[in-house]
Amino acid sequence: MSQDTWGTVADVASIVCLLGGAFFAFAAGVGALRFPDLLSRMHAGTKPQVLGLILVLIGLALRLREGGAVWALLLVAIFQMLTAPVAAHMVGRAGFRTGKVRNDLLVVDELSRDLGETRPGRTSEDA
Amino acid sequence: MNVFDVVVVVCGVLLTLGALLAIVRAEKGPSMLDRTVALDIVVTTMIAAIALYAAYYRRADVVPLLVVLSLVGFVGSVTVARFAAVEPEGEGRVRTREEVAAEEAEKRRLEQEEEEARRRRRRAAEDAATADAAAAPEPAVDETVAPSARETVEKTPDDEHHGGPADEETR
Repeated sequence: MSQDTWGTVADVASIVCLLGGAFFAFAAGVGALRFPDLLSRMHAGTKPQVLGLILVLIGLALRLREGGAVWALLLVAIFQMLTAPVAAHMVGRAGFRTGKVRNDLLVVDELSRDLGETRPGRTSEDA
Repeated sequence: MNVFDVVVVVCGVLLTLGALLAIVRAEKGPSMLDRTVALDIVVTTMIAAIALYAAYYRRADVVPLLVVLSLVGFVGSVTVARFAAVEPEGEGRVRTREEVAAEEAEKRRLEQEEEEARRRRRRAAEDAATADAAAAPEPAVDETVAPSARETVEKTPDDEHHGGPADEETR
């Protein structure tokens, strides 16, 4: 196939990726507003958000089709995948320690159990 | 209007709605960490919007902006999470003007009372000191401290000068 056809294919793929990414970013906003507690909002703020951003970046890379720009976009995607878990971990830890986690919504709470074992007499409230 | 225009409009609407919903969550709170998460979503949506702009105009020169923004969002949420403290019930709410004014007035009143109490205590201490000086003119000297260092030794270090304890910091 000619160069032009491949260009059209890349453009169509980029359109699909951009639409998917924008949808996931929207889903992250809806989740942040509608979920009941900190941990589930954090879930909305990390997983769909990072996937959406990566889809948008793939869409942009398919549209630009230049070496340098694509490497920079890869860098952005790697930063997001490295930093989103770190930030979410820190937020979740701070939230757990300052009592912003709703215990009734947790299916498994291994941290409270372990803390109770290591320090008898302490509950998850003052962990 | 070509296909790509329609796609960009649809994506723009979706991104704007997502950012707006996250901003609503940031306004409602209820805690600082919820706001951090919401603002993180806003920053990431902004990155996506800039990427969309770059895709529409085929501009590769805005790509460095994306790198910078992705790092800034990370630093923000980590900083807030590091200094998160236990907040009393209702603390995370955005207060009205009247509530803030009432709080300020209360704080000022407490400060004045404290100042008054301190002044009264100082006056009492001065009175006692003059009475002591009349009774025993030579104050006892602590022999364990070298004469040159006597001036600098404090009887009891007060909280204000050694920094005081770090209140409610999460470690």
